[in-house]
Amino acid sequence: MAQLLQHLINGLAAGTIYALVALGYTMVYGVLKLINFAHGDVMMVGVYMGYATAFAIGREARGSFLGIAAVFAVAMLGCALFGFLIERFAYRPLREKPRLTALITAIGISFALSYGFQLDIGFLPGASPRAFPEIIEPTEWLIIGDRDVVVWNWQVISFLIAVGLMVGLQYLVFGTRFGRAMRAVSWDHRVAALMGIPTDRVIALTFMLSSGLAAGAGLLYAIKDTSVSPLMGLYVGLKAFVAAVIGGIGHVPGAVVGALVLGLVEEFVVGYAASTWRDAVAFGFLILVLLVKPGGLFGRVAAEKV
Amino acid sequence: MRRLAPMLLAALAVMAAACEKKTQPTPSGEAGTQAAQGQSGSAASGTPPASSDTILLGQVGALTGGQATFGISTRNGIELALKEANAAGGVNGKKLAIRVYDNQSKPEEAAQAATRLITQDKVVLILGDVASSNSLAMAEKAQAAGVPMITPSSTNTTVTEKGDYIFRVCFIDPFQGFVMAKFAREDLKLSKVAVLQDNKSAYSIDLSGVFTRKFTEMGGKVVTTESYSQGDTDYRAQLTAIKKTQPDGIYVPGYYSEVGVIARQAREVGLKVPLMGGDGWDSEKLFELGGSAIEGSYFSNHYSPDNPDPRVQKFIADYKAAYGAVPDALAALGYDAARVAVESLKRAKDLSGPSVRDAIAQTKDFPGVAGTVTLDDKRNAVKSAVVLKVGDGKTQYVTTISP
Repeated sequence: MAQLLQHLINGLAAGTIYALVALGYTMVYGVLKLINFAHGDVMMVGVYMGYATAFAIGREARGSFLGIAAVFAVAMLGCALFGFLIERFAYRPLREKPRLTALITAIGISFALSYGFQLDIGFLPGASPRAFPEIIEPTEWLIIGDRDVVVWNWQVISFLIAVGLMVGLQYLVFGTRFGRAMRAVSWDHRVAALMGIPTDRVIALTFMLSSGLAAGAGLLYAIKDTSVSPLMGLYVGLKAFVAAVIGGIGHVPGAVVGALVLGLVEEFVVGYAASTWRDAVAFGFLILVLLVKPGGLFGRVAAEKV
Repeated sequence: MRRLAPMLLAALAVMAAACEKKTQPTPSGEAGTQAAQGQSGSAASGTPPASSDTILLGQVGALTGGQATFGISTRNGIELALKEANAAGGVNGKKLAIRVYDNQSKPEEAAQAATRLITQDKVVLILGDVASSNSLAMAEKAQAAGVPMITPSSTNTTVTEKGDYIFRVCFIDPFQGFVMAKFAREDLKLSKVAVLQDNKSAYSIDLSGVFTRKFTEMGGKVVTTESYSQGDTDYRAQLTAIKKTQPDGIYVPGYYSEVGVIARQAREVGLKVPLMGGDGWDSEKLFELGGSAIEGSYFSNHYSPDNPDPRVQKFIADYKAAYGAVPDALAALGYDAARVAVESLKRAKDLSGPSVRDAIAQTKDFPGVAGTVTLDDKRNAVKSAVVLKVGDGKTQYVTTISP
């Protein structure tokens, strides 16, 4: 029973992080119908920005509230800018080209980042995984029994940050002018443009938002697993993508539910069966969901207009 | 959604194609020339293959990817040995040069790179790699082409079973599993041990298999065997399951990149017992990734920098002067492998595959920095292993265990 509870907590911790990354996939897909395969790698770049910041502010400042805020702020803003640049120079010129072109560009950027970051020249970090500095000093937040169940402070903090970011996003999309513009672009960007919505700006902002969220998620992931490596983005990105599809890609709450489900499924498979089965079960689950509900759990299958 | 399906398929196809295509161009010139230039400041550097006054060797190693420090250490060790050999006059008047290709820590890349060394660069001998899965892929190509290959540090038994052209200068996995089982049972006096193995690595599975058998034979009990996959970063689920079995030790025969993180998470879920492992732990990075959590753990290894032997100390001093770091075992084995190669080339009656092979096979009592190398009839080195303890951010020599 205690073990079950512990797995539940671990699974939720992993799931909330997948959710933040999955939101980026879903938002970009929403406005552009583009699966941004470079999303996970953009996250990885954000994590390295946070890593550099954590070292720049020094050991003492790291544990303080301001220190944590600085690491997150630099990484998220820096990554938003990075996302903007990618959109502006890689995707926007391809906007009117066939969709496959942009998709292949996204894959290209993904590989360029994950392998480029393995070089060891200039500011590039090199291939070896590195220990992520403990910006949140790990302490037990809650202990049940003889350490049967342990909840860590960073798990709680991660969860709160993730939920905070999601609530903020929900408000942004459904409660602001920008959000309305975003939804309009998602519905039909040509008509939105005719109505006077600056589609380019909306798309650029969507990219910045999704990249910033990814950096935040990446930092939580690095805090959780205490290491960073150039290949972390490929892996987390793929999982988050699966989560977004399970939830119904383009659907914001769907991405969150999909991610939580995926996090829990993975944790239980590893905890009670074997880690070898984890990916098989995760992807098998994806296939199962798509067989029953082709649009994902919350997605709608829209009739194609010709 | 209907639009999505073809898009997805296309994306997957492209990704698969990208993965395969990459294997051809990337591991090319860059690493090769870079290494060749670094190898010696002399005229021999960066020379094209098959010129009459140089002998070209090849190395395939993990210079990027998850095991990057392995390939880099090995390369440095080899470079140092060749530099010394060239300074001492080379092989029968000919200088030695080496071409290095990266395998990105992947077997399919390793096979490609080996083929390239054989068919394009026409090397006389191949050195590499560290990870057994990569060396196996290379051994296949080398054996088929009749080009001798020496792996410095692949400990999986099957590597040299690929054929009579494949050699190694290190001990084999069953021996490492035996060493740790013996150490755990006799020195640490453990009776209940859990095993956490990397299911993606032949090395890890092999070590854990032998450890389990030997430890049980010696009267101990392996209470559970859990697994992970290389590249994972969250092991809490497995560790939570292990914790339930209340072991007195955990055998984790994986690589440093995962072990450091495993150690942290083991302490986090409340497992305080020592971790034990094999030579895959040997990297400076282990201390960074594992922090204080890895202290008090043990692993078996090929060599210890604490060895007072003057030959070893000279090697350490030279290596430090050249690369600014204390050589790890992989650097030492790379150095030994290159020196065995050079000695064999000197003894070989010509540079053809069969002659070089026969010369290598005769290696006996060769004084390496990681132990004395004698190759047995299965082309494996017979030598003892050391057990090291992790403490204060470095390794401490504990004991030597002989076959």
